[in-house]
Formats: sequence, structure tokens, C-alpha cells
Amino acid sequence: MIEVRNLTKRYGDRIAVDHVSFTIRPGLVTGFLGPNGAGKSTTMRMILGLDAPTAGDVTIDGQPFVTLANPMREVGALLDAKAIHGGRTAYHHLLCLAQTNDIPKRRVDEVLEIVGLTAVARKRAKGFSLGMGQRLGIAGALLGDPRILMFDEPVNGLDPEGIRWIRNLMRSLAAEGRTVFVSSHLMSEMENTADHLLVIGRGRMIADCTVREFIEQNSERAVRVRTPDGPALAELVRGAGGKVVPDQADGLLITELALDRIGDLAFDNRIRLHELAPLQASLEQAFMELTKDSVEYHAVSDVAREG
Amino acid sequence: MTTTTVPTGLAPATRRAGLRGALRSEWTKLRSVRSTVFSLAAMAVIAIGLMSLIAWASMNRWSRFDPGERLELARHPLDIILVRPVFVGQLVVAVLGVMVISAEYTTGMVRSTLQAQPRRLTVLTAKIIVFAALMLVTGELLSFAAFAIGRPIIAAHIPVSLGDPGVARAVVGAGLYLAVLGLFALAFGSILRHTAGGITAVLGIVLVLSNLTGLLPDSWGHHVNAWMPTNAGMLIMQPQQAPDDLLSPWQGLAVFAGWTALLLIIAGVLLKKRDA
Repeated sequence: MIEVRNLTKRYGDRIAVDHVSFTIRPGLVTGFLGPNGAGKSTTMRMILGLDAPTAGDVTIDGQPFVTLANPMREVGALLDAKAIHGGRTAYHHLLCLAQTNDIPKRRVDEVLEIVGLTAVARKRAKGFSLGMGQRLGIAGALLGDPRILMFDEPVNGLDPEGIRWIRNLMRSLAAEGRTVFVSSHLMSEMENTADHLLVIGRGRMIADCTVREFIEQNSERAVRVRTPDGPALAELVRGAGGKVVPDQADGLLITELALDRIGDLAFDNRIRLHELAPLQASLEQAFMELTKDSVEYHAVSDVAREG
Repeated sequence: MTTTTVPTGLAPATRRAGLRGALRSEWTKLRSVRSTVFSLAAMAVIAIGLMSLIAWASMNRWSRFDPGERLELARHPLDIILVRPVFVGQLVVAVLGVMVISAEYTTGMVRSTLQAQPRRLTVLTAKIIVFAALMLVTGELLSFAAFAIGRPIIAAHIPVSLGDPGVARAVVGAGLYLAVLGLFALAFGSILRHTAGGITAVLGIVLVLSNLTGLLPDSWGHHVNAWMPTNAGMLIMQPQQAPDDLLSPWQGLAVFAGWTALLLIIAGVLLKKRDA
């Protein structure tokens, strides 16, 4: 269990993480979602004691990370695939980490096997592809057989095969009752792997809920209608309190009015409908909706438009 | 590669992660990168090879030296066969020392290191002990090898033996000097966290600044020059204290060690304080 209370990190007058509090529970994949620059990595670095918080604190099962007896046996983390000396072989990279936490050599071979790097164990890491580096980083996280695992953007730069592998790994780790905490700026990634969601934007917590709750709370339910009598139906819907926006060709997007009511309205007024369909909002849309004000780096065109 | 195997069990730890594990880890780190082995081998070959060449050339030209030059060479019998190879060897020691810590930062390895052992002073202490031990052994091997190989080459005109006053201490001291220099460089690597910057700083002090202070006027200039880290440290390689030396050989080494200790303390404070 990871408990974060009022965690704050300031760089000069820029606030990277702003009074963030949350608890990460075992047996679940908890997704940490936010646009680039939202403070995800900084938060993870503070959990691991790499960066000192300006205020607030973090505990791992009630203890600060720095006081854990054997840190690698409690928390395994992949922060970035580049935390490796390229001149060292995969085997020696893992061995020198294992030795600090009283982890036997046998375990090094074991984790190399788990991540599928046995064949290149004696190769120097600088020749590794991004995907191989990522696997080596994950091997390091698994070394101590820890109950808590943290992954920062683990699928970045991976091929579909590698992405699937990481998803399965995270799911099976959580199924064993371990705590899995994974960050991403991609909503779609979370939809596939996470049970619980923490959403952060510009250093502030925006949401802390299940994936389903997140979608329900943060996306407007819309209904798509196609009809040859568009203007007439729009008039009726507005009269009943709904909102209407035109959708491509002969379509309308209606919000704030239930699907059944729309169908009834049309029937009662002899309006012909060619389509009446609920629109399932994706997590992606919900996320964009929620974080649109908290994206730190807008594309230049957005800035120009806003300005 | 497609199957997802879940980590199997691991025997519980028998002790808390501490200095012992950190020492083993740092030793693995040092020996598992090619640069350590290659640099040390290159250092030995170049330092001793160059020394032999110069010693041999000096003996060949002996008849052409004027009496003053001969007297000067004979008065400092270790200059050619000990001080010179150590002076060359120290450049490699300085580079390796800086890289012990700067390479952790330039490669990003430091984030893995500090996750495995977040008690940062334990990591620094382990690095200091392992690197000092390696440099002490290497330094003593280099200085004894240089003396053993150089002595017969110059024996005809500059006879010197380990039994002569101060000579054994100078040869042993040369190895000590290299070990202290290694830590001096390590401290710079840790403070600056940048390989090129660290090497520039250390070599700037050893090769440039230490000579520039010799140009300072008056007695205070003389004092500043004598107390410069490597100027003081190198006194240990002189069999006798020269009349104008302010420090004795051991005092000189102690001054150098004092500078190094100060820098290591600064490195420790900064390591604890700064974000990794």
C-alpha cells in the first residue's frame, strides 16, 4: 500500500506537484493518468525518495521508502528504460542491483528468463533496442519479488507485441495480490489495464475513482439521430430541454435528453427516424474533457487560437 | 517471449540492505565495465613504457650532460623512475575517479542505484572504500613496478636502492598518493555530476593551477603553492625534504588527504540534499 499525503514539489516558482493525496491499494492495477508534464513522473520519483518533496509525505506500508530494510524486495520500479549503464551487460546490471538487497545470483537468471532476455544476458546494454531496455528495466523491478510495482509509461516506444506482454504482466501481478501502479498519458492504455484511476493535471489531482465511474461521471451521454426532418426534431428536442448540435450530413447529436424520450417525441410528432443510437463515450473523450484546462503544453495552433 | 510468467518465490533476506551489499555491488560495477580494466592496463603500459624510454635515453645521453645536470639528476634519483610514471598514471586515476560517480549520472544508472539503496551515504561510502582499495593496490603495483624496472636502467649513473634513506617510503607513498588522488577525483565527480566537467576540474588543478600558484609572489605565494592539494601530496615521492619545502613528505600527504576529506564531506552533503 502506498499512501501519499499532501505531496508538493516546487521548482522555483513553478509547482510541479500541488498538494496531491491518494492511497494505492493492493490487488489492483491503479492507473496514473495525466497529460505530459502533469506531474506523474515527479510524484513517482518522490515516492521512491529520488526527489525530496517540498511538502507532504509518502509512506510504503506505513514507512518512508528510505527506511525500508530491503527496498527492492518491497517496491520494484521502472521509471525510465535509460536508468542503465550501457557499458554493462544485462546480467551485470541486474547483479549489481541484486547484491545490494541480498538477492541471490540465481534470481538474476530467473528475471532475465521472465522478461525474455536470457539470450542477450551477456550483451552490453548499449546495443539494446528501446523495447529490450524496457524489458531490462522491468527485470530490475521484479528482482526483489516485490509486493508493490511501479511503472512509469511502460509501453512507450514498444511494439504491439511488447505492449500486450506488459499489459498481461501487470494484470497477472495484480491478480497475485500485488499493488501495481502504472502511469500513462494515453487514456486508451488505461482502459485496457487499469481497475482504478488517478487522474492528475498540472500537478493537481482531478479524479480518484474506478475506470467505469470515471467514464460515467465525466462524459456527457449523447444520442445520435438521423432524420430527414432535422429542423423539426431539433425544435421539439429543444422544447423538451435537450441540446442539439448538428452531426455530419443529416444527423443530430442530442444531449441532456434520454434516448427513449427522443424516440417518443419523434413518434408522437410523426417524424421519421433513420437512426437512433446511444453514443458510448470512450475514456479518451472523458479524459480530454476533464483535462482540457490542465494541459500544460498546448500545440502552437491552439495557443494562437486562444490568443 | 509471448508467455507471461509470474515471478516465483524468493528466499527472505537475511539482513537489512547496508554497507556490505553496497560494497559487493560497487565492486561488481567497477569490474563489469570495460573502461576500468582497459584504462588501468593502458595506464600501466604507458606510464612504465614511457619511463623506461626516458630512463634509457637519459643514460645514453649521460656523457653529453653538463656536470650541473648530472648532479641534479643524481640528487633526485626517483624523479625519472617514480615521479614521472606516477605523474602520467595519475591522469588515468583522475579520469576513473571522476567517472565512478559522474557515469552514474550521465548514464542514468544513479536512479537504479538509489532505488536499490536509498540510504545515499551508504552508497557513497561503498564507492569510496571500493575505489580507494582498487587504486591503492593499482598504485602500489605501479610504483613498485616502475621502481623495479627503472632502477637497473639508471643504475650505472644514478644508483638507488630501497634501502637508501626515504626511498622505500617514497615508493610506498607513491601508491598512497594515487589512492588519495583517486578519491580527490571521485569527490569532484560527485559534486559536479558531470564527466567532462569533473575531469576538467581535477586536471585543471593538477596540471595548471598547481603550477600557476608557483608564480605568486612573496612568502604567502610560497605558502599557497605548498598547500595546493597535489603539490603537497607529491612531496611523499621525494626521499628527502628539500631545504625550501614548507612541509615534510608525510605532512604533505596529510594536507592532500585533508583536502580530499573536505571535498568528500561536501560531496556527501550534496548527495543527501540534491534530487537524483
